[in-house]
Amino acid sequence: MSDITKHSLSELVENIKSKKLSSSEVTKAFVERSEKSKELNAYITEDYANALNKAKKFDEKPNLDLKLPGIPIAVKDLFCTKDLRTTAGSKILNNFIPTYESTVTQNIWNDGAILMGKLNCDEFAMGSSNETSFFGNVQNPINKNLVPGGSSGGSSSAVAAQLTPITIGTDTGGSIRQPASFTGTVGLKPTYGSCSRYGIVAFASSLDQAGPMAQNVKDCALLQEVISTYDEKDSTSIDFKRNEYSKELTKDIKGKKIGIPKEYRVDGMPKEIEDLWKKGIEYAKDCGAEIIDISLPHTNYALPTYYIVAPAEASSNLARYDGVKYGFRAEGDNLIDMYEKTRSEGFGAEVQRRIMIGTYVLSSGYYDAYYLKAQKVRKLIKNDFDDAYEKVDAILTPSTPSSAFKIGEKTNDPVSMYLNDIFTVPVNLAGLPGISIPAGHDAKGYPLGLQIIGKAFDEQNILNIAYAMEEKINFKNNITDWWIK
Amino acid sequence: MSKNKSEYLINRHDNQYEVVIGLEVHAQVSSQSKLFSTSATKFGAEPNTQVSLVDAAFPGMLPVINEYCVKQAIKTGIGLKAKINKRSVFDRKNYFYADLPQGYQISQFKDPIVGEGKVILDMPDGQKEIGIERLHLEQDAGKSIHDLDPKNTFVDLNRSGVALMEIVSKPDLRSPDEVNAYIKKLRSIMRYLGTCDGNMQEGSLRADVNVSVRKKGSKEFGTRCEIKNVNSIKFMQMAIEYEANRQVDLIEDGQTIDQETRLFDTKKNETRSMRSKEDAHDYRYFPDPDLLPLEVSDDFIENLKLEIPELPDEKKKRFIDKFKLSPYEANILVSDIETSNYFENVIKKSDVKLATNWIIGELFAALNEKNLEITESPISAGNLSKLINLIKDGTISGKIAKTVFEQMMEGDKDPKKIVEEKGLKQESDPKALEALIDKVIDDNRDKATEYKSGKVKLFGFFVGQVMKVSGGKANPQLVNEILKKKL
Repeated sequence: MSDITKHSLSELVENIKSKKLSSSEVTKAFVERSEKSKELNAYITEDYANALNKAKKFDEKPNLDLKLPGIPIAVKDLFCTKDLRTTAGSKILNNFIPTYESTVTQNIWNDGAILMGKLNCDEFAMGSSNETSFFGNVQNPINKNLVPGGSSGGSSSAVAAQLTPITIGTDTGGSIRQPASFTGTVGLKPTYGSCSRYGIVAFASSLDQAGPMAQNVKDCALLQEVISTYDEKDSTSIDFKRNEYSKELTKDIKGKKIGIPKEYRVDGMPKEIEDLWKKGIEYAKDCGAEIIDISLPHTNYALPTYYIVAPAEASSNLARYDGVKYGFRAEGDNLIDMYEKTRSEGFGAEVQRRIMIGTYVLSSGYYDAYYLKAQKVRKLIKNDFDDAYEKVDAILTPSTPSSAFKIGEKTNDPVSMYLNDIFTVPVNLAGLPGISIPAGHDAKGYPLGLQIIGKAFDEQNILNIAYAMEEKINFKNNITDWWIK
Repeated sequence: MSKNKSEYLINRHDNQYEVVIGLEVHAQVSSQSKLFSTSATKFGAEPNTQVSLVDAAFPGMLPVINEYCVKQAIKTGIGLKAKINKRSVFDRKNYFYADLPQGYQISQFKDPIVGEGKVILDMPDGQKEIGIERLHLEQDAGKSIHDLDPKNTFVDLNRSGVALMEIVSKPDLRSPDEVNAYIKKLRSIMRYLGTCDGNMQEGSLRADVNVSVRKKGSKEFGTRCEIKNVNSIKFMQMAIEYEANRQVDLIEDGQTIDQETRLFDTKKNETRSMRSKEDAHDYRYFPDPDLLPLEVSDDFIENLKLEIPELPDEKKKRFIDKFKLSPYEANILVSDIETSNYFENVIKKSDVKLATNWIIGELFAALNEKNLEITESPISAGNLSKLINLIKDGTISGKIAKTVFEQMMEGDKDPKKIVEEKGLKQESDPKALEALIDKVIDDNRDKATEYKSGKVKLFGFFVGQVMKVSGGKANPQLVNEILKKKL
């Protein structure tokens, strides 16, 4: 039985389709492993009994034409799930049970998957280490003392530890790719507008995007083709021709032009990251790609721009959590007092910090200097990519400036924490797709990731490059199941 | 110097003050569903029965623009002879309140859907043009109910997310009368267009009133105060009068006026400070990232232009040119679409002059007495036109017509039937009349003698007697002729 959880998603699908495994067997295996893995704290809400029931029902009348037939999946707790508590990692939504389903999760269930539970994340997806969650930090299965990255830290930990065959996260500034990089897994941030935001607890609306997190590129492609649909309920959803990414996946990337942006050689970048990048370039060449030096001149401004735009939108998006309609409410003497107490007690420190930053940059007298300026710079960053894509098909960078750091190491230094997103944030600002694949280990044996950035709507291309490089890299994650007693 | 008779000035000691008024009218868009959700908008529904997850701002819910509301706003813009902006942007106006579930109102700040336009007012001393600054679309908030419970406030979200058009005038209004005319004209235009029902009792039309005063002849504007959310024309006028006088008193007293938001207390007939400029909200407007900029094509606008009906100004011109109505009559008849429709239906088959008089005179008075709208008139246009034809062809006299009219008001009866049933047909047979007249003269020998000896005033007495004896049915013209001969 324990073998089952070692299978990749694609293998599980194959086994169920060929009736070698039943959904019940698969679900039971992942539920059991999840139950034995409580120490990782990857789950906020478990829904195992329902999952096993659903698996049983599936087996009674299996529809094997579906893409995810009877596959159990746990999802980030930022996706609203009908009748199952959805917290966004926050006390303020501690008791919130949606009566509706997010489009992305609905797509997954429509294709046969079964919900196992809700995975831990930074509060309202604000964080790079999963330490801001009201439900406690998550451990990285690589090493007990390491953060799993964030904000999709529960998701990355769960996939790496094989508590779920695959999962979905959300990525506003790197929240899929950075945790994937920290846990030796694959994470895709799709083009803005590719996956519907309907039913996803909003952090920063113009940046948020859901995406798959998987053990390998093929699985990632399969889930992407399931979750990416045009949705009239999201006005920013884009109606473009979506591929069957897993079917059209190819390792033939001969002649693809891959750009190396010089601005990503940031000051103080550890040598092992520099080395990883060089290795990545060699792998890409080995796959037949052509390497071209490019410039993305406004890269330096991406992080400050992001930390204006994202908090600004967040400060407004989070105004609805006021204790009036749903969620946590602290009693107060009057309306204002109730607001103040509810929001002071309901939101954690990082969320409050970002609400304050956002409120400040939108204030009259500061709007032009901060928010408006940031929007202009955002356009310049987008233009940089547009110019680069005149010359290249994709861009290769490191995913993060370091490997996973220790739990507690950066909690008192927000700026150092924010710097973690330095390579991922420009991709969100430009609305482009980016994928992080595991590409090596640092001196301590911790995984490191490489990021491939594509043109808008060109997920197929970066998946293909990732697929080809994955084979050359032949990455092996060192996971010892240390948490299972 | 000619003095404008209708000029509205406030006199204090030796000073004359002019009042400057600008209005921000909030007009509810007539539509089945809300601006960004599919919830119904019906007035008077049970609290919180027309609320979607979007309206209640549940996590992860997203707004989707209602195309019909966009069309309504553009049509209104066309009706205001305004510039339609092919690209407009929805912004978030951020503030906390219990009846504002999102914590922000989706509105249009920098780039409204409609730009500058104008409204023509017909004032007693001529026409006046009022500039429109802009029209933008926005969401209404819910309703806080404070008087149902001693400790708690109740919130009804039925109105939350309903589409409003905020129509901002330039500070071109100068008197309560002009405000009255402006609101009525705006309402009339929107009702012609079918874009807002203009029902002030139901809150479909309300306004924030900006008031300032300045010495007559001054070119500079004074400091203005904004009176929030006034929901009847009468209250607007009362609030302006109070507020203008308050400001004049302050100036005369050597004090300065604080720019502030005020509330009109309808019971005390005074305005009260709500919040000063310092306390003003910082709304932190920014473009709503959940919505793309709204872009409409030339074709889209051109197609809407085809749906625009004849509007009051054009209709008035046509009534004057074609039917030879006086501007006064035309104004009254075009003031709302239902009245003008009624009028045009009546004159399809009857005399214009008589129809105009009967509608503006008898019908309006009768409806007014019964507190009815023209759409509720017990007399249909068809039956009124029959009545007019009975007068015109001499079947009944004008006087009898009034009796018939009164009966028609009791239910939509055919006037011909009333005339037949009650035998009200006019007596025009000269022989029958002669007999009647002979009898009257016979009965009043002494007066006939007096008449003949020069007391000609008594002629009226005889006419009256004849009419009385005939039960009002005698043809007055013939009675006159015959009497003259006989006497």
